[in-house]
Amino acid sequence: MTVTSVQKDPEALTLTIDAQFDAPIERVWRLWDDPRQLEQWWGPPAYPATVSLLDLSVGGTMKYHMTGPQGDQPHGWWRILEVDRPRRLRFTSGFADETGEPNPHMPTMLFEVQLSERSGGGTSMIVAIEFSSLDEMTQIMSMGMEEGITLAMSQIDNILAGSVGTSGGDSA
Amino acid sequence: MAQRDHLEVRPVSRSHVVAARGDPVDVRPSCRFGTEVISYNHMVVVTDEQNRVDQVFHALADRTRRDIVRRTLQGEHSVTSLAVLYPMSFAAIQKHVAVLERAELVSKRRHGREQLVRAKVETVRRAFDLLGQYEALWRDRVDRMDQLLNRDHRTGDTP
Repeated sequence: MTVTSVQKDPEALTLTIDAQFDAPIERVWRLWDDPRQLEQWWGPPAYPATVSLLDLSVGGTMKYHMTGPQGDQPHGWWRILEVDRPRRLRFTSGFADETGEPNPHMPTMLFEVQLSERSGGGTSMIVAIEFSSLDEMTQIMSMGMEEGITLAMSQIDNILAGSVGTSGGDSA
Repeated sequence: MAQRDHLEVRPVSRSHVVAARGDPVDVRPSCRFGTEVISYNHMVVVTDEQNRVDQVFHALADRTRRDIVRRTLQGEHSVTSLAVLYPMSFAAIQKHVAVLERAELVSKRRHGREQLVRAKVETVRRAFDLLGQYEALWRDRVDRMDQLLNRDHRTGDTP
């Protein structure tokens, strides 16, 4: 069973997600390292992600866009700062214009992903996300919230269609 | 300068949230703006809520206003006494207070010739609980990761 804990520290503007997976560390790393895997979980069901470039080496880049229900395509990027495969990944993440060029006027976040083997099998994953200022957090929150609303809407559609699952289902 | 200046509040969201996968989404409607709460009532108010959120965060995006919130969380202050604390005019402070009041982060009451300002704790808490919105996004991501890993088991394909 996957148990997730989330610690929110509004003062440090940090969110830390703690997850346990019943899979070997190499397999969990592949969720981050394989573009086809990454795009299956990064975007919400209503905003499926397409990863066009993924180079997990120091100085490397990830480029992606998501496609919304109205055909809107928000673009984003990662810039890799540290890699210690399959245990640790540090990168900055931000938004881009429609050509995929990083948008310097949009906020960035700092991500730190740590994987470790659990005694007794399985892998634990800690993702720490740090916002650089309250302003930037605000901006990201309001964008994230739009996603949240779209997600909730798609879930309502599912419920109305008689589907029981509300976790988004297998959208891939 | 210091980008980390913050309100000295201990929001409820500081507590550890633990949820098992498959549990209904852990939502505490009274502490949320409610956008991810799945109900028709909430869908109707989403736009209003969004506007309010924008207003709250616009209000909190200014350092002086954050400081006013911080001080008035600790106790009621008159606009006059606030004005002497900052290197700006009484009118400027009054304007800041008005922005905070519109966002419902503070309330004002008359006391004789004074206007007394007090922070509204509940709104401040909810503002900080916005981190919860991002949390919901990540809970869903972890769920999808888990689905992907479980698919390996089902197909017997463990790379």
